[in-house]
Amino acid sequence: MKVPISWLKEFVDIDIPVERLAERLTLAGLEVSGITYIGVPQGQADGVRWPNSDHLVWDREKILLCRIREVKPHPNADRLVIAMVDYGGAELEACVTGAPNLFPYKGLGPLDEPLWAVWAAEGAEVWDGHSDEPKRMILKEKSLRGIPNRSMVCSEKELGISDEHEGNLLLREQPLNQVTGQPAVPGTPLQDVLGDIILEVELTPNLARAYSIYGVAREVAALLGKPVRPPAYDYLAEGAPIDGAAAIEIRAPELNPRFTLALLRDVEIKPSPEWMQRRLKLVGQRPINNIVDVTNYVTFEIGQPLHAFDYDKLVARAGGRPPTIITRLPEPGETLTTLDEKTRQLEPHNILVCDTAGVLSLGGIIGGAETEISAETKNVLLEAANWNFINIRRTMQSQKVFTDAGTRFSRGVHPSQAILGLQRGIELMRQTAGGQIARGILDAYPQPSPTVRVELPIGEVRRLLGMDLDVETVADILRRLLFDVAVRSDTLDVTVPDFRTDIGTGVVGQADLIEDIARIYGYDRIPDTMISDQIPPQWTNVDLVREERARDVLVALGLRENISHRFTTPEREAQLIPPGADNPYAGGYVEIANPLSADKTALRHSLLISLLENARANARFTARQQVFEIGSVYFQRRPGALPDEPRRLGILMTGPRRVADWASGLAADNVDFFDLKGVVEGLLDGLHIAEASFSRAAHPSFHPGRSALLTVGGVDIGAFGEIHPQVAQTFELTAAPLLAAEFDLDALLAAMPDRHETQPLLNTPPVYQDIALVVSQETPAAAVQAAIIKAGGKLLRSVRLFDVYQGGSVPEGHKSLAYNLVYQAEDRTLTDAEVAKVHQKIVKACERELGAKLRG
Amino acid sequence: MLEQLEQLYQQALAEIEQITDAESLRAWEIGYLGKKGSITQMLRSTGQLPPEQRASFGKRANQIKLDLTAAYEAREKLVREQALARDLEEGQVDVTLPGRARPTGGLHPSTQILRQLYAIWAEMGFQVYRSRDVEDDDTNFTLLNIPPHHPARDMWDTFYTTTPGVILRTHTSPGQIHAMRDLGGNGTQPIRVILPGMCYRYEQVTARSEMQFHQLEGLAIGRSIRMSDLKGTITAFAHRMYGAHAAVRFRASYFPFTEPSMEVDVECFLCGGKGCRVCKYAGWLEIAGAGMVHPEVLRNGGYDPTVWSGFAFGMGPERMAMLKYRISDIRYFWQNDLRFLEQF
Repeated sequence: MKVPISWLKEFVDIDIPVERLAERLTLAGLEVSGITYIGVPQGQADGVRWPNSDHLVWDREKILLCRIREVKPHPNADRLVIAMVDYGGAELEACVTGAPNLFPYKGLGPLDEPLWAVWAAEGAEVWDGHSDEPKRMILKEKSLRGIPNRSMVCSEKELGISDEHEGNLLLREQPLNQVTGQPAVPGTPLQDVLGDIILEVELTPNLARAYSIYGVAREVAALLGKPVRPPAYDYLAEGAPIDGAAAIEIRAPELNPRFTLALLRDVEIKPSPEWMQRRLKLVGQRPINNIVDVTNYVTFEIGQPLHAFDYDKLVARAGGRPPTIITRLPEPGETLTTLDEKTRQLEPHNILVCDTAGVLSLGGIIGGAETEISAETKNVLLEAANWNFINIRRTMQSQKVFTDAGTRFSRGVHPSQAILGLQRGIELMRQTAGGQIARGILDAYPQPSPTVRVELPIGEVRRLLGMDLDVETVADILRRLLFDVAVRSDTLDVTVPDFRTDIGTGVVGQADLIEDIARIYGYDRIPDTMISDQIPPQWTNVDLVREERARDVLVALGLRENISHRFTTPEREAQLIPPGADNPYAGGYVEIANPLSADKTALRHSLLISLLENARANARFTARQQVFEIGSVYFQRRPGALPDEPRRLGILMTGPRRVADWASGLAADNVDFFDLKGVVEGLLDGLHIAEASFSRAAHPSFHPGRSALLTVGGVDIGAFGEIHPQVAQTFELTAAPLLAAEFDLDALLAAMPDRHETQPLLNTPPVYQDIALVVSQETPAAAVQAAIIKAGGKLLRSVRLFDVYQGGSVPEGHKSLAYNLVYQAEDRTLTDAEVAKVHQKIVKACERELGAKLRG
Repeated sequence: MLEQLEQLYQQALAEIEQITDAESLRAWEIGYLGKKGSITQMLRSTGQLPPEQRASFGKRANQIKLDLTAAYEAREKLVREQALARDLEEGQVDVTLPGRARPTGGLHPSTQILRQLYAIWAEMGFQVYRSRDVEDDDTNFTLLNIPPHHPARDMWDTFYTTTPGVILRTHTSPGQIHAMRDLGGNGTQPIRVILPGMCYRYEQVTARSEMQFHQLEGLAIGRSIRMSDLKGTITAFAHRMYGAHAAVRFRASYFPFTEPSMEVDVECFLCGGKGCRVCKYAGWLEIAGAGMVHPEVLRNGGYDPTVWSGFAFGMGPERMAMLKYRISDIRYFWQNDLRFLEQF
């Protein structure tokens, strides 16, 4: 919300630099996100930092309020005129200008009503009005079509007020000197007339009370310890009574607690006064006419939105009789064409303002086109009402209409504000549009809001803030915030002013008040302490510890961690299987009702989709990729329930085994199944999981011959291996074998032992022997190794496969597996005979169990 | 024979003087002093001499063998020293050539920041408690004092699922409800936990905002937890994270589930508070939202708010990483471009 300092000062005195005020407001929860300077210099406050502003500062000597006393034709140019400017000096200054808005005065001789304008003297710095880019210039004497010229009458663009450069800035009325409060005279520095500073204040949803200039002024007053001056709510009502001219009927008081009407007869629709237009522009509103402008002005001034009807149109709709305003929920099928020219289908919860002929407006949000104020309006019926804030927000969201009025009502406005807004608005309309206010106000208030009272023991303040504030300090702070406080020994009886819709009752009300006390006292003045409370029961998050261990092991194995978007689509994941295969990913998705884009409609079922898509993107820049991801996948197992979110571990490897470098040459082998298996085994080792076994996988995403299923302690952990060639093709990852794994991380980590045992270090001499066994092609290597270990018994310390060989002397359909064996006893040096005996036992066992033959 | 011996001796001495490398020296040694070396053979042939010559010849031959062995050892030492000197002088490599590249792994920057946070908070007695990503509306909002249609809901743009009342969590705060109900023993036990997790917001993805991001929430519940404790604890954290002299600032703010609520700023560690582009010339960087747990939330967690109190805070690991590593685009985090990941 934009807060012009000039407007704010109407309600509270400010005697500190604006930058300091901005910081005070920010620390108190009204965050000032920006400061805009109009013509005045940026202020300095010790210890307060603001970005330097590059705005134009109006030279107090050279940019002045002036009056144009005459507009003379230019002797040599039809499209230029000469303005005779009174800038308070001894003589009039002649300024050549092409401003179109001076042409109507050309050749009229000395003007009866000289024009108020802004004059810049020679040497003044202004913005270049003809430049598209912001560019400053210094006024210098130069001749314009034969007439010497050294100064100028300025446009808004040249002054940095707006982008308007179609004509000179002309004021219809004599402005005020803001410093003296008196009418300004020619020669007054423009800084004192139009100079201003605008604060951009961000309001959190609880700050409904500050959603107006006066509301911010109340906060400023409390912070600075100054009195606040409310606007004038009195009004002059001399017209025929409103009784009998209109009536109100509220049918849903819980949604429309209060509705008030006032009537102003015989108005003249015209532009509103210059001061009002200027303020509306400063807060970002476009002036329309005096009646509409007042409704907006009061909305911004005190936060109570108003709505003005053309009274005669209401009378006509009522068949010439006095209208009855009815607030109600819609009938089935009702529609409304609103001021934004949209015809809306009304929903059952949309509270409406109607008359006997139908719907007039969407209550509290936007008016209807039919009864709006027009240039012909003679009589104005002014509405100030109050609406249930939850329902207003719901309607704004479902009807997708966001207005200044609706935004304020949706944050919560107290019903008491309606009558104040009505009085303020109808009087301002009378002052700007003339006419007579009807005597009396129609006020339907079927559900008056109770006054909120909170009992606040000082002990609660101390318990929650952690400091010994005394009762009087607390009472003083609350009074500055306009709470009514009675002190009863150690308890404060607090009566909440009605604009504070955010204060609750009981323990919640106490917390609400304590926040206000802390805020105004200053968070920075509350001490910093360390928790002295009892230490909670201690525990270890085993799940997390194990997950982080897995990360460390994978990083040590040379993998880089990925974290991906968890959003996907069933169609994207269907790419993970080759054409024609059953899709194990189908069904059971957590689907997003409001996806941001068509490729993010559901939560993933597999880490493979994330890893393969990442790999495709990375393939543009690198051939070698070795990554892992740990994260959740999501399964909607039962309709209506919350989904399962199991943790998964995914691994992806592709491209050269080594990192290329100058010394090793460029050509490195690509990774294959056994590189990935090495990582998997390294992970199992690192997690101290011993009971792992590998078997052929039957997973459609993988190559059937070069993929395996990892099983730990009888539990399937998941498949790994080469991605199916057709799937790799889909992801354009065919340059090198593409290896991947997807494991059930919960199951894997559950298999981790709480502790593992180390092996003692032996000092007895080891005996090294090799053995090469020829077995049939189909015999799994794991079976050979298992047979060796079993037969080797205690003396066989380790077995390591070092060669697999086919062809040559090895018969067709067979393979030779060569192992390094290490024999060692814990307590003695082995004799040759002992070793030979065990070695022979191994050979016999392999021959017997696997049909193996010792290779010659 | 003696003559021949003396000649051989002179020849050997002359040759060894010329030797400069270990290989030739080894050949010389084998040639003269080895098993089949000429001096060795001379010595062996002593027996063939007439007996009267044997003693003097043998004595001389042994002397020569000792002399030549000494000459060999001296020469061997010299050659070794020369070789070392040569290697030290000539065996240089171009030290500016790149080393042989080693493949390295690495943790995602978000994980690195999360671990840093776990470590700091663990030292202050906060343990990690995790809860689900897909939440019900009640736990994400209503139980946190954000009723349906309340304007405070505008603070979170929410992803809804097609299951009514089920959403993607917009913050880690629903974990507060889970933690209190899970660990609180029906409102009888104090709690100190941090709640990390992925959160989701219905927001267009740009360089500055993501639809998915981590949060790390903290929660302390006890019989005498005060706002001064919150300030002291957060300040202690900031000193660990941003340096022992980092200035910390607390601004009043609003969250429906805390009261009083605040935003926490730390003096910009990039410019030392003088003002720079990163801190938008304000000198402060926002690092956390925090506050005293709202009485309604305490109640919903099973605690009596007139006896128990607590504080909560929340921070964004990706934002912290962006500040720490000067990352200009938040989209880098989930794109997994190896060129980005390899910088950590």
